[in-house]
Amino acid sequence: MIHRRGFNPIRLLIQVILVAVGLVMVFPLFWLVSTSLRPAPELLEIPPQLLPQHWTLDNYANAFAAAPFGTWLLNSLIFATISTMFILLTSLVGGYILAKFKFPGNNFLFILILATAIVPFEIYMLPVFLEVQALSLINTLPGLILPYVILSYGIFFMRQNVLASVPDELLDAARIDGLSETGIMIRLVSRLLAPAISALAIFAYLQSWTAFIWPLLVLNDQNLFPVQLGLAQFNSSVSVNYAVLSAGAVVAMAPTVIAFLVLRRRIIEGVTLTGFR
Amino acid sequence: MMASGTLGRGLHRMRSALPSIPPQRRRTYLFAYGFLAPIVVLFGFLRIVPILYTVFLGFFNWSLVDPNHTFVGLDNFINLLSDPNFQTAFLNTTIIALGTTVVSIALAFFVAAVVAYGGGRIGGLIEILFFLPVVTPLVPATLGWRSILDYQHGVLNAIFGIFGIPNQAWTTDPTLAIVSVIMISVWAQVGYNMIILLVGMRSIPRLYYEAAAVDGASTWKQFRHITFPLMIPILLFVTVITTIQAYNVFTQVFVLASDVQGAPGYLVPVLVYDIFQNGFRYFNFGYAAAEAVYLFLVVIVLMLLQFRLFNRPTD
Repeated sequence: MIHRRGFNPIRLLIQVILVAVGLVMVFPLFWLVSTSLRPAPELLEIPPQLLPQHWTLDNYANAFAAAPFGTWLLNSLIFATISTMFILLTSLVGGYILAKFKFPGNNFLFILILATAIVPFEIYMLPVFLEVQALSLINTLPGLILPYVILSYGIFFMRQNVLASVPDELLDAARIDGLSETGIMIRLVSRLLAPAISALAIFAYLQSWTAFIWPLLVLNDQNLFPVQLGLAQFNSSVSVNYAVLSAGAVVAMAPTVIAFLVLRRRIIEGVTLTGFR
Repeated sequence: MMASGTLGRGLHRMRSALPSIPPQRRRTYLFAYGFLAPIVVLFGFLRIVPILYTVFLGFFNWSLVDPNHTFVGLDNFINLLSDPNFQTAFLNTTIIALGTTVVSIALAFFVAAVVAYGGGRIGGLIEILFFLPVVTPLVPATLGWRSILDYQHGVLNAIFGIFGIPNQAWTTDPTLAIVSVIMISVWAQVGYNMIILLVGMRSIPRLYYEAAAVDGASTWKQFRHITFPLMIPILLFVTVITTIQAYNVFTQVFVLASDVQGAPGYLVPVLVYDIFQNGFRYFNFGYAAAEAVYLFLVVIVLMLLQFRLFNRPTD
C-alpha cells in the first residue's frame, strides 16, 4: 500500500503494538531460561520476578544428575541425523527420477505421493506400529527411525525443483560427456539443487528433533528416548521442581532455537520456498 | 535392487512397447527403475499400506493382546458415534481446531500486513520473534506455558492480579484448559502462517497500489479491494493446513495434563489422545483405527473443500 511520507503516529503506534506482541511470543522461552537460572526458593515468590535475584547454574547440574539428558540428546542427534540423511537421499533420487524419466505409472505414483503428503502421521500410526512390531523393532532405535526415512512432501518438493532448475540439455550434455546416470545424479543434479536440499535438510532435522508421539509409542527403554520424550517423562517424576524442569526444557529446545537464530534467513527462506511445516 | 514381479512386468512391457530404443536409453530406464524401486517399496510400506490398513483395521475387533481378530463390519464406526468419550473428544478437538485456526490466521494476517506495508525497519525483528515458537519443540514450550499458567505462581495470573482479576485455574478447569491449549497452539502456529501470508502480500505488484493511489483510494480501500481479494487463495491454503494440524493436537494436551510437583493438569480429551488411549492402553486397535478413520474423513473433507474453492471459475 502507498503511504504518505513523513511521520505517521498511527503507524508508529501499530509498530509499537507489534513489537509488544512479538515480545509476548518469545516470553515462554525467556521464562524457561529465566526460571532455570534461579534457586528453588525464588520459585515461590508472589508476584513472580522477571529475573532471578541470585543467578545459579545448579539446576542444570541437577537436571543432568537426575536424568540421562546427555544420552537423550545423543539419541535425538542420531535420530535426526539418520532420518535427515535418508529423507534427503530418498527425496532427491525419487524427485529426480519422477521429474526426468517418463515411464508407465510415473504420473500415478506422483499423484499418490502428493496425496499422502497431506495425511497426518497420527492417522496411520497404528498400522505403522504393527509393522514395526512385526519386524521386532519395538523399543529399538531402528524402529524409532524407520517411519522417518521417507517424506512424501520431500519427494514432491524435489521433483518440482528438478523441473524448475535442471534443464534437459544439461543432462544430455553430461551423458554425451560419458557421465553415468548415477554420476549425473550425484555430481550434477545434487549441486544444482543445493538450496532446495538445504531447505529440506533443515525441515527434516526439525521434524525428527521435535517428534513426540511416535517415540512415545515405540519406545519404553528410557536409555533410547530422544530428548523430547525424555523431558516429558522427567516432567512427571516426583522430585522435580520447576527450576530443574526448566533447565531440562532449555536443554531440549536449545539446539533448534540456536540453530534458528544462526540460520534464520535461510530457515525463513526455506519455509517460504517449501511451505513446509 | 528389489526386482518385484510388478517391476519386472513393467520393464518388460516398456521394452516391448518401445522396441526401437537404443541400448543407451535402455540403461537409462534400468537406472530409473533400479533406483526408484527401493523408494517405492519404502513408500508403500510406510505410507500406502498403513493408510489403507487403518481403514481395514476399523472393520475388526482387533486386540493387541489377543491373536484372534474378528470381522465386525461397521460396528466400531457405529459404536463410536454413541461413545461419549469419542463425542467429547470430537467436540473438543473441533473447538480447538476452529479456535486455533481463526485466531492464528487473524493475528498472522494483521502482523503480515503491518510488516509488508508499514513494517519499516522492524520487519526483520518481527519475523524472528514470531517465528521462534515455530522451531521450538512443543514439549519444552508447553512446559514453559504450564509454568506461566500456574494457578498460584504463574505470570499470567500475576498480570491479571494487577487489574484486580482473581486467579484463574488455567490448567485444571476443564473450560480454561481448552482455552490454554488453543493459546499454546496459536502461539506455535502463528509465525508459520505469518511467513506464508507475507510471501503472498509481497508478491502483489506495487503497481496495483500505485494505480489505486492515483485514483485516490484510501489505505483501507486499497487493502479491501486489492490485498484481500488477491490473498484469498493463500488464506485458504493456510486455513486448511492450520485446521488439519490443529485437529491432530496431542503434545500440548499430553504435557499440559502432566503431573508437575504432584499437581496434574486437566486432561483435555482430544481425538488423537483418545486414539492413543484406545489403542495403547486398552489395546483395542480396531476401535482406535475406526476413530482414526473419522479423523481421516475430516482431513479429506478439508482437502476437498480447498480444491473446490481453489478451482472456482472466478479465480
